[in-house]
This record gives sequence, C-alpha cells and structure tokens, in this order.
Amino acid sequence: MPIDRAEVERIAELARLEIPPEAIERTAAQLSEVLDFVASLSRLELDRLGPTQFAPVEAPLREDELDSRRLAPETALAAAPEAEGGFFLVPPIVENVSP
Amino acid sequence: MSAAEAWRLSAASLADGVRAGSIGYQEAIESGWEGPAARWEPDVHAVVHADPEVRRRGAAGSNGGPLAGVPVLVKDNLCTMDYPTTCGSRILGGYRPPYDATVVARLREAGAVITGKGNMDEFAMGSSTEYSCYGPTRNPYDLERVPGGSSGGPAAAVAYGLCPIGLGSDTGGSVRQPAAFCGVFGLKPTYGRLSRYGLVAFGSSLDQVGIFARHAGDVALAYAALAGPDPFDATTRLGPAPGVSDWDRGVRGLTFGWPANLWKEGVDPEVVGALEQAAACLERCGARRSPLDFLPGEYAVATYYLVATAEASSNLARFDGVRYGFRHPESDDVRALYTRTRSAGFGPEVQRRILLGTYALSAGYYDAYYLTAQRARTRIRREYEAAFARCDFMLMPAAPSLPFRLGEKTDDPLEMYLSDIFTLGANLAGIPGLTVPLDLSAAGLPRAVQLLGPEDSEPLLLGAARVIEVRGEETRLGRDHLTEFAWPTKR
Repeated sequence: MPIDRAEVERIAELARLEIPPEAIERTAAQLSEVLDFVASLSRLELDRLGPTQFAPVEAPLREDELDSRRLAPETALAAAPEAEGGFFLVPPIVENVSP
Repeated sequence: MSAAEAWRLSAASLADGVRAGSIGYQEAIESGWEGPAARWEPDVHAVVHADPEVRRRGAAGSNGGPLAGVPVLVKDNLCTMDYPTTCGSRILGGYRPPYDATVVARLREAGAVITGKGNMDEFAMGSSTEYSCYGPTRNPYDLERVPGGSSGGPAAAVAYGLCPIGLGSDTGGSVRQPAAFCGVFGLKPTYGRLSRYGLVAFGSSLDQVGIFARHAGDVALAYAALAGPDPFDATTRLGPAPGVSDWDRGVRGLTFGWPANLWKEGVDPEVVGALEQAAACLERCGARRSPLDFLPGEYAVATYYLVATAEASSNLARFDGVRYGFRHPESDDVRALYTRTRSAGFGPEVQRRILLGTYALSAGYYDAYYLTAQRARTRIRREYEAAFARCDFMLMPAAPSLPFRLGEKTDDPLEMYLSDIFTLGANLAGIPGLTVPLDLSAAGLPRAVQLLGPEDSEPLLLGAARVIEVRGEETRLGRDHLTEFAWPTKR
C-alpha cells in the first residue's frame, strides 16, 4: 500500500482539502489501489521515449490589440460570494501588521 | 407528421420543416417538452436547468440557419449566459457565467435553441452520471441502469426524444460511453477541432466538446456548424475543419482495423456480437477487415488516471470560494476559506481525483508518476500511428459491457475507471472517436460499437457510421433514406 494516513494528510494539505478523520483510512486504501494499478506502466518499454508535450512548435500569435469581448468590473464581480467597492472580498490574509 | 410529433424528427428534417414554415420555431422547441419529456423526465432526470421563458425568447430570436429551430440540451459544464452553469457541483451552486461558450454561441448563430442544461458527473469525473450534486440520471431503456457518463444527461435526453442533438464533453470517453449506453451517436472530435472556450476545464490536454444525435447525418450537421478555429481558444487547430457534407459516401475500398486481442476476455459477449455485426455491415459495403494486435487497454487506463488527475488538480485549484459559486460561511482566515469551501463544495470523487493528481505532481513523485505517464502516452500515441499506417480506421467496443446498474460501481473507483478502457486512448492520442448505435439486446439494452480514426478523419468515420446505420445495405446509403430510431419504451 503506497499511501498511508500521513501521506493522505500531506497531500490533502497541498490540495487545500480537509479529509474527515473517519475517511482517511478508506481514502488511503482507494488511492493505493489506483497507484498499485498504475504501477503496470513499469512493464512498458519507455526507454527512448520522450514525454508527450502539447506546446505547439509554432504557437500562433494574435494581433496585439484589445479584442471586442471585455468583462466590465461589475460583471466580473457579479458572481462573487462577497464583493465591495470593486474588489473581491476575502477574510484577513495578514494579521497584526504594525502600521 | 403533425407539429406535436416534431420531436420524432431528425435535426435536419426539423430544420427543413422550420425553414419551410410547416413547423413554428416555438413548436419545434416545445414538442420535446410536451411529448417525451412529460413522460420520461420525472424518472430519467436528464435536465438540471430549464426555463420555459428562456426557451420562448430563444425561439423568438432564432434564425433560418442550418439548425433552424433545433433544440439542443447542453451539458452543465458549458457556459451559457441564460442558464446557470454548475458542472453538477455544489461548489458552483447558482453560478451564471457572464459569457457563452463558443460552441454555444455557434449553435445560436446556426439557429439552434438551448433547451436546457444536461446532468453530468461532477466536473465530468465519472462514468455513470451518479456523481452529480443533483442526483443521478437514469437510462431510459432501463430505469434501474445508468446512462453512462459523465455526459449522461444529454445522452439520455437525446435518446428519449427531448431534442435531436446534445452537446457533451469527452475527456476520457464521457461522450462515447454514454452514447453507447443510451443507443445514440456520440462523436469526440479531433483534439482542437471544437473550441473549448467556455468549457469548464478538467484535463486540458484531453478535453474535447462532443456531439450526441440519433442519426449519423445529424452528427455531421452539428459538426459542420461547430468545428473550426476560434481566436478565443489557442488550442484550436488552425485552418478550416474537414468538410463532412459527404457523410453518405460509404466505405468502398477502405480498410478497418480489427484488434480482436482487446476483446478476448473481460468483454460482454453482447458487445462482441455487436462488433461482428458492425464488421459484417462494413464488409458488405466494400470495406476490408485487417486483423491487428493492439496494446491492451489497461495501459491507457493507468496513463490516463495519472495525466487527467494531475491536470484536474491544477485546473480545479481555481475553485476557492473567492470569485464565484459557493463559499463556506465560517472561515476566519483566507486559508480556512479555501480549505473549508473546497472540502464542503467538492464531492468525494472529485476530491479523490484532486488528491491523486496532487500526489502525482508533488515533489519526489513527479518523475515516478506524472513523467512516466507522459512517456507512456507517447508510447500509446505511437501505437495508434502504427495501426493507422495499416488501416483507415479501427473498430472497437465503446464500453466493455452493456449499461450497468445504479450503485454497481460507486464503491469501487478503480472498477468505475475500467469502464472507460476502450475510450481513453483516443483522448491520450488526440484522435477522433465515434460511437455508433447498432440495436437493442435481447434484454432491450442498447448495443453499440466505436470507430476510431487518425486526426481529422471525421468525414471517414461518419461515412462508416452511416454504413452501420443502414445495416450495410448499400442501396439505402443515400441521405434521402431516413432511418428509424430504436426509441425506448416504458416498462
């Protein structure tokens, strides 16, 4: 089983997810089952193969001009859970900063 | 046929009738709601957002284009200004996008009307449409069974008659597998042929918008209206999309690959029987079968579930409760806001895939998992290239089984992933795939096959699909020969 409880907690932290304590064991088992399965890739002969990449060789460039579709600030903010004075509102990010 | 029966028509015939004035725009849109939806929708639950007033406005603003008055159910992960777009997720509850997806805008320009939003597995992660925050969609051919997924809503709605065309998205088979389970056509075009501007991203190197229809000709009609470059999506292919107007041209002189090693075991005999029947249709119309050995699908599954989850973990980082959708009410600081919003907003399968993808990309594991998977992907792409050097297209199952029962695979993620074993490869290789319905099994469940071809082979795949649609009767190939759809009957 490649993933244990501590590993699940470490990944969850990176992914900004909170796994309820009672679900950690099951999550570890499910992820481990999938990782055991993907280990089959080691049976493929991959020695001289590079990774697939999707960056186009000649990326098309658009004209350096404003296009017609613009999102007005009030439109962009319309779906926000909280907004004020033209800004998205979030809880404090930095606390106790002396002036 | 009276206007009340307009829902039975193909999209092409419906648009003809609307342009000729024999069917009104309003009637064309409402026929599916008044007839089949009244009967099926309460049980099937294919639609998650609908609004008669929006439809009325849509019909009034429609035009005499190629899809004049054609209602289209659009998967809930395609942005629409006049309906919510929520990806079947709590985290986007109530969200209304400020713009239309390019494919939605092109539908409207062609005269089509968005008749509602279709149910889906949350963020398109699933193969049964059971992982939706709105509850599951059921298969109209057997209400105890799943419609497939993740685009199960549009697939089921096209099958029961709400609309002749549906749009889904296909990241690993999410159009082709539900098409097979619901007995309709389902096209995943070549990567980059349909714009993804306004499609909520899942796996960016794999995602394609796909088309559902009850007739091969309708797939061609929709493809012609939708495909082509889009300045708002830098991944669309430059230059015009291949023309598909000769979708009734047949298969004479073509060779199709027959990778029979893939269905030696683990595949339902009904599916194998369907492949034999489809092959016989193609041969009767002058195609030649070329047996070949193909890389077992397990490698595609393994590769896919590393690449797709890695990309998903990155794409879904944007859902943090700040700019749109749901926000957890009790968060004292911004870190808690992110974590609580995401933990309460995403369902279990989405969280599982984010975790897997985060792991595959995390320090110390990147080489072993993500990089290995991207190299395996190169291996798989070469496998297809080698096959298409020997044949024009390949015949494959769309899924290893007929539709399975609700709840049958929800407790076993790996088992669910394996139901995509025959579809994932096309996404990894960027090639087009087309599910073609064949008939109903003895138990009344749809049977289908899948056609795969090299990049931009959509015209050829549609030609082969038409041959199977007319059961290999060459004299019926012409577009004037209408085919009868195998409608579901309530039990």
